[in-house]
Amino acid sequence: MNDDGRFGLDRRTKLLGPVKLDSGASFAPVEFAYETYGTLNADKSNAILICHALTGDQYVASTHPVTGKPGWWTRMVGEGKPVDPDRHCIICINVLGSCMGSSGPASFDPASDAPYGMDFPVITIADMVRAQAILLDHLGIEKLACVIGGSMGGMLALTFVSLFPDRVQSAIVIASTARHSAQNIAFHEVGRQAIMADPHWQNGGYYGSVDQPDAGLAVARMAAHITYLSEEGLTQKFGRQLQDRPDGTKGTKTFGFDADFQVESYLRHQGLSFVERFDANSYLYITRAMDYYDLAEAHGGSLAAAFKNTKTRFCLISFDTDWLYPTIESKRVVRALNAAGAAASFVELSSPFGHDAFLLDAPEMNRIVDGFLKAGGL
Amino acid sequence: MTTLRPDLSIIAENIRAGSRVLDVGCGDGALMAALRDQKQVDARGLEIESANVSAAVARGLAVVQGDADTDLADYPDKGFDYAILSQTLQTTRRPDLVLDQLLRIGGQAFVSFPNFAQWKIRFAHLINGRMPVTKQLPHRWYDTPNIHHVTIRDFKSFVAERDYAIKGEWYLSGEKERSVRGANLLAEHAVFLLERG
Repeated sequence: MNDDGRFGLDRRTKLLGPVKLDSGASFAPVEFAYETYGTLNADKSNAILICHALTGDQYVASTHPVTGKPGWWTRMVGEGKPVDPDRHCIICINVLGSCMGSSGPASFDPASDAPYGMDFPVITIADMVRAQAILLDHLGIEKLACVIGGSMGGMLALTFVSLFPDRVQSAIVIASTARHSAQNIAFHEVGRQAIMADPHWQNGGYYGSVDQPDAGLAVARMAAHITYLSEEGLTQKFGRQLQDRPDGTKGTKTFGFDADFQVESYLRHQGLSFVERFDANSYLYITRAMDYYDLAEAHGGSLAAAFKNTKTRFCLISFDTDWLYPTIESKRVVRALNAAGAAASFVELSSPFGHDAFLLDAPEMNRIVDGFLKAGGL
Repeated sequence: MTTLRPDLSIIAENIRAGSRVLDVGCGDGALMAALRDQKQVDARGLEIESANVSAAVARGLAVVQGDADTDLADYPDKGFDYAILSQTLQTTRRPDLVLDQLLRIGGQAFVSFPNFAQWKIRFAHLINGRMPVTKQLPHRWYDTPNIHHVTIRDFKSFVAERDYAIKGEWYLSGEKERSVRGANLLAEHAVFLLERG
């Protein structure tokens, strides 16, 4: 595969599609930005698709071109890791609607000679999955040995199995859910309103303008970031500790509205660094897709029906301090899989780090993923 | 199957090759792994302890973290050829309902438990007036997970009440199998194979 231009780091391609969207519209052409690691074996039986989270991207195990930081899941993917390019052909695709090279609101709309902005169609998690299937067709990958995802990536993984049951032998779903709850939607709505309340948002038409909705996007990120942590984690890391002032004064209150508390300063930093790498409109579109997500909806409200007759093996992992997608949501999926007679594994792991635990050092999670993949002959 | 606990080894020997099995309270999956590797059984497990589940999944087994008292209702009727409950009955809040679930889910059910009427236990009661702490039941009264002690005679009378049929019974003293005669007094462990009557 060495001289096959379809495989490798930082690949881009434009395909005719179209993606038939849940809204009834059709989207074409479709741009894809993706990376592959490792080599597809002769019988094409070692392909693993990794699905990224809301603000993730295709740089799962290589340096991010904007931030210069290492890939977002190098703890799981890499030489000697559970997902290993020495053994597996690993594919990670920037989702439809995002902003790291796949078609999204910031992409160029051939119909108008300008970025799509709010003319980009409203998409769903299933639409993202349909787009991914089109790219896999292009890569000549008919069957996935495994689809793996955490958070929104887990929603994509579950949806992939329900849409294309014959194309997936196994699925690993971490810190995820089968539907967005009222609380999940509520937090996303705060983020969207923060963006849309920013005058620089300009109804989504800020591309090419000096003024960008950075303030709104930063606030959206700050609100969301709280949901990725746990009270225990925040207390451990920051407690009520005060910031040292720039003039060297140690932790005192300013009796003003600067970032007195360390946790404030941390959140502000999270917001500011986020706007460097993410598009505000993409944030609107992807959070909307997640809010629309309810896997049972298309199956008369029965989650078990979404997995009827499935031959796919499942592994679900939750974290005890994750209150964004708590254990009970994973258990709902497991219950449905049991009712459908599917081969399912599930474990709740302990971590102080809340939802983000799946991105952090979690040796137990790695052991489970490794064992699960090897049991599938991978 | 020499490395299995004696009650598990009896269960393993008596399970049909190629069957579908649900092991309730499967621990780290020792029995499931043996059944898979030696009898090509399609085995699924339910286990309450996170560390046990992790160990079982890491060895490639399909095990779900859950509680026999609450989570068996999720499984469909007759989804398995066998449901197994080994050394777990006495730890459940409602052993009667758990047994009912087992025989709803499995065509047959293997149940193994420590016999609380074994003479050593009776002796501890009678002579010392203390709750027994033995090799099979090594916990003290306040930290024991075994909250519903049962004797072989109790179990048989329950089975009769429910109109379940006993399709097999095995008794153990230590590692050795022993005869049905005097089992309630002499056996440390019992293994039953049940079926709906």
